[in-house]
Amino acid sequence: MSQDNKKVTPQTTGHVWDDDLEELDNPLPRWWIWGFYITFAFAIVYWLFYPAWPVGSTYTKGVAGLNNVTYVATKVDGSQETKTTHWNMRSKLMVEMNQLKAEQKQYFDKVASKSFEEVAKDPELMQFVNSAGKTLFATNCAPCHQAGGQGKVKFSPNLTDDHWQYGGAYENIQTTIIAGRNGMMPSFKAILNDEELTQVSNYVLSLSGEPHNADAAKLGDAIFHGDKAGCYACHGVDAKGNPAIGSANLTDKIWLWPDVLGAKTPEAKLTEVKTLIYDGMNKGVMPLWSTRLQPEQIKLLTVYVHDSLGGGK
Amino acid sequence: MPEQAGKSSYQKQIPIVTRSVKGQFRRFKTAVMVLAYSVYFLLPWMPWHRVSAASQAILFDLTSRRFFIFDLIVYPQDIFWLAMLLFIAAALLFFVTGLVGRAWCGYFCFQTLWSDLFIQIEHLIQGERPARLRLKNQAWNLEKVFKIGLSHALMILVSFWTAVTFVCYFSYAPLFVQDFFSGTAASGGYFAVLVLTISTYVAAGIAREQICLFACPYARFQGVMYEADTLAVTYDAKRGEGLKGRTIPIQGLKTHEDRTKAGHGDCIDCGFCVQVCPTGIDIRNGLQYQCISCGLCIDACDSIMDSVGYPRGLIRYDSETNLKSEVPSQPKMMWKRFKVLGYALAILSMTALLFYNIGTRTTTEVSIQKVRQPLYVMLSDGSFRNRYVIHIVNKTEADEIYAIDVEGISPRSLDMHFFKQVSIKAGKGLNMNATVNLSAEEASKINKFNFLITRASTGEVIKVETNFNSPREHD
Repeated sequence: MSQDNKKVTPQTTGHVWDDDLEELDNPLPRWWIWGFYITFAFAIVYWLFYPAWPVGSTYTKGVAGLNNVTYVATKVDGSQETKTTHWNMRSKLMVEMNQLKAEQKQYFDKVASKSFEEVAKDPELMQFVNSAGKTLFATNCAPCHQAGGQGKVKFSPNLTDDHWQYGGAYENIQTTIIAGRNGMMPSFKAILNDEELTQVSNYVLSLSGEPHNADAAKLGDAIFHGDKAGCYACHGVDAKGNPAIGSANLTDKIWLWPDVLGAKTPEAKLTEVKTLIYDGMNKGVMPLWSTRLQPEQIKLLTVYVHDSLGGGK
Repeated sequence: MPEQAGKSSYQKQIPIVTRSVKGQFRRFKTAVMVLAYSVYFLLPWMPWHRVSAASQAILFDLTSRRFFIFDLIVYPQDIFWLAMLLFIAAALLFFVTGLVGRAWCGYFCFQTLWSDLFIQIEHLIQGERPARLRLKNQAWNLEKVFKIGLSHALMILVSFWTAVTFVCYFSYAPLFVQDFFSGTAASGGYFAVLVLTISTYVAAGIAREQICLFACPYARFQGVMYEADTLAVTYDAKRGEGLKGRTIPIQGLKTHEDRTKAGHGDCIDCGFCVQVCPTGIDIRNGLQYQCISCGLCIDACDSIMDSVGYPRGLIRYDSETNLKSEVPSQPKMMWKRFKVLGYALAILSMTALLFYNIGTRTTTEVSIQKVRQPLYVMLSDGSFRNRYVIHIVNKTEADEIYAIDVEGISPRSLDMHFFKQVSIKAGKGLNMNATVNLSAEEASKINKFNFLITRASTGEVIKVETNFNSPREHD
């Protein structure tokens, strides 16, 4: 800057420390000062457009009508209302949520317009099923069926294995989600005495190759198929259960209500089965979801459970 | 703080009006400028055959998240290439700065290039330095309005086309330009053009050296890279000042011999070196942080030395060490130094690594994630099921069919639902659910197997090893 011979000699504030330590008082560049003034103007314009100053228990909301946000709100009863407010984060969130819902709608429409198998065969639509299904499942199903759909013994069935209490076809799963299920087994404490209970329990254990007393199991076979207890009426003559009423298949390795696999000793396994027959069971309740989810959401969840969780039949 | 009398609390930008100069450094700067502008402004218009995207040689396609650089397609997951590139750029900056000072600032930086161009626009419209100074100091009249208005209009035009060109790298150039002028381009395009036009015009047309002095971090830290052996644009004070200092060539001090006899140095104090300086400094005050080492003062001084018949090189590229020595030798690049060699090694090894990575890039990317919740499922017949999510990215430019199979277990164990063979669009990825069922006996023996992904068109097979989990005795 010596070109114009206007050298700026550095001035000091006049403060001196430690004999010779001085504080320079150099002028700021002018553009810097202007930048500072512009922030003042910016702040004032900001107050006109956005909520800014707290005033008592309320606050300034900007000039009315200058920066309004309009959005459609859905009420609890399903009716819709268009709302207009001053700019605020909540209404901005509503606008964005509505936009996202509109974007998702095209995929939900596709799911709704196609058959279950067509959805499962469409690799790109399955990307949506995987991700949207995961969210729907986490919000609605995971509290009972667990995050990965693996269920919990004595509480909720595993959705990732190949056993389906009420049938594993798309239609069965959809019916289950729409209407819910109410699984129960009557108590046999008034019908069978302790010895008979032991015998029929041994028979049940023998069906899936669990350790059992063969002699007792033979006697239990007669009780199972006899008319006094009438077990076969629900579980079937072959003891393979009936998906129409949700009775358990007693011949496979999967146990939901008695924790036979978790029990370590043959005695404990027998006690598990015996206790269930003695007490009966009325906890196999799944609530209905037709009142909480839209039909296309239920359809998507059906495909998710059938194909993404991998247990569908 | 009390105001000191007569002192303003801000400082005006002192306008710098540079004189043009001819010489080797000016020629070099002009050559770099022509080359850089040719590449920058023409490259987006270079056509290139493409199947799945616009036919443009360089296209940073943000919507499909692919970056086309001639035949190289870069995906976001290749971000580490960018990290390597930035490392190379940084090391190269250090390397060059260690050798010859701020060469980046003086010859290659876009702030320098655009400022230089805008100064030349001013020169073209308003004339040489004295004419520009006269115009500046005269009262506003038609001539001043016309000349200053026209030069700024031209600068804004150049800034505008700079901005449009920048956006052209991110969209198909012919279509974007057409859309832009017909008013149908995306709003982001207009916004980017507006912001870049303003910033280019303000930075190179108005702020100019202020950017280097106040805003640029590189300008400040490059000083640290200097060593005593670094070549820098320097004024040879010993030769220029002599015993009694520099002086103008008045009567009796015109020839070299007369001056030497009188004890004066070779500097005739013509001020040409100051007048050509784009940051307005006096190089005779020594190495300063404002100096972008563009070499124009060297050209200026050489031309004066030629005209008065003194030897060239009063201002020259030289090192501190050489200047301090008793008999300065011919300045030369001192590259046999630990720092310089270290930077060179870093550049070479990282460049080799980058080329190796780019050279061995794959056309298909496969990742297989095991579903861990639950880790395994026991089925009704006592066999075990594991589930996997297979993610395939088709990085080629054509749609491709992939077949999925397994190795190390029976092929019937794998259930891909409907996706045993799947078509994936060019540049897209797909997630698929895979289920593997093994009998209790198989599961007890097998804990690892391979997925085989076959690319139908080439038969290329990608093998990915994965785990199979089941409850074990030792668990």
